[in-house]
Amino acid sequence: MGFLIDNFGLFVDAMGQTLLISLFAGLLALVLGTILAAMRVSPVPPLRGLATFYVEVFRNTPLTVVFFFIIFGLPQIDTVISPLPGAMLAVGLYTAAFVCEAIRSGINSISAGQAEAARAIGLTFSQSLREVVLPQAFRTVVPPLGNVWIAMVKNTSIAAGFFIPELSALLPRLANAAADELIATLIGVVIAYLLITLPSAYGVSRLEKRAAILR
Amino acid sequence: MTAPILYDVPGPKARRRIRIGTVVGILLILGLIAYVLVKLAGNGQLEGQRWAVIFDPRSSVPQFLLRGLVATLQVAALGMVLATAMGALLAIGRLSDHRWVRIPVTTVIEFFRAVPLLVVIFAAFLLPPTFGVPISAYAALVIGLTLYNSAVIAEIVRAGILSIDKGQSEAAYGIGMRKWQVMTFILLPQAIRRMLPVLIAQLVVLLKDSSLGFIIGYFELLRSARSLVEFFRVDFGDQYSFQIYVAAAVIYIFVNVILSIFARWLDKRLARSKKSREGDETLPLTAEQFGAGGGGLGGV
Repeated sequence: MGFLIDNFGLFVDAMGQTLLISLFAGLLALVLGTILAAMRVSPVPPLRGLATFYVEVFRNTPLTVVFFFIIFGLPQIDTVISPLPGAMLAVGLYTAAFVCEAIRSGINSISAGQAEAARAIGLTFSQSLREVVLPQAFRTVVPPLGNVWIAMVKNTSIAAGFFIPELSALLPRLANAAADELIATLIGVVIAYLLITLPSAYGVSRLEKRAAILR
Repeated sequence: MTAPILYDVPGPKARRRIRIGTVVGILLILGLIAYVLVKLAGNGQLEGQRWAVIFDPRSSVPQFLLRGLVATLQVAALGMVLATAMGALLAIGRLSDHRWVRIPVTTVIEFFRAVPLLVVIFAAFLLPPTFGVPISAYAALVIGLTLYNSAVIAEIVRAGILSIDKGQSEAAYGIGMRKWQVMTFILLPQAIRRMLPVLIAQLVVLLKDSSLGFIIGYFELLRSARSLVEFFRVDFGDQYSFQIYVAAAVIYIFVNVILSIFARWLDKRLARSKKSREGDETLPLTAEQFGAGGGGLGGV
């Protein structure tokens, strides 16, 4: 226990890195995922195809490989990106595919009458999507989006393999520096992750209750 | 709701707009591709000789990548079998009538669902040596993948068992079956059919996750690619790095897409046979019910 208190600052810093990556990657994933979902239901075939292609590729590629391309591949097209924004980009791009699928399932769950009514009063595709369908879709996808968020927080741990001092990276680092305190380190890291995921899960369930549409 | 409800069948004006949108979209995509290609060509990445090395057995690159793929599949296959078996046991434990079984099993499941896979793998890799037990990267990877995914699979199996109509188990009890008989002869066989697509989706995730072996130094596909790059760097600099990474990524995507297509085919097949048998009164389990981003994001 004393070990954890002595290294408290280290854990806080690492947790800050994890949170930082999570927040920015989450934001990127939410925006990009929504755009992708809108593309997948749009009337323009190439947009549909592009979004489908994007989702299929990213869902079938390990996040580690995405990291690889961002960190080691981008320099090949003269775009050097430092590890932290690189990690945000990798996690965000990867998660966007899952956000897209969650939102699309939400769009599909809205009853057809809603969209028909929106069309009947003369709204265009983008208007009916923006004003009628998406606001309802977002409410129904709060639980799956919450799951995506929690999974994404856990996925940021892969940044440990790419020079970022976040939570998981503490394990190999302190395993070398303080080998006999490994269990304490492990407990500290697990607690730090739980400090992020458990409140998230609670917040999602609260949000779910507030956003639920009573039918 | 299907997509076409969102817009009318396009008239002449809308068709023209869509055509313009199509052209602009295609131009945009082509522009992006062209930009990447020009940049790559500018760095000489597109020279045939650089790509030829991947297919040239004399460079030993194909052998190396193949060995990496085999190592990846080996870990993934062992992990899949162990995680499925353990997941089924955990699910049954969580559904137990006895509190002293249910509570610890639930704790274990929730714990491994809350912790990142990489932390589990690190723990499996770093902890045993401190107790004087040597462990290989291979064993640590298998243990990590098994523990983590068995918790996810346990939840999939549990949802599958709970989705079976109550009348099934009531009828089984009614004809005098014991608890274990109801579970093994009545509930599990039906549950497995229903959860198979989601289970396979999770197994695809497991295969993807095996790439984490890269971080603890197991020679799976990604690590093999990395070590090839380092090997070539001695003589050729970074001449072949990009190509080898691309090859590794393409192999991953190829294997995973095949598995995904298989899962989708199975899904369709099961859906069809179910309809013909018992009408459409049972709702099929959707991915969202299982949480973890449809099981699709459970790990990595």
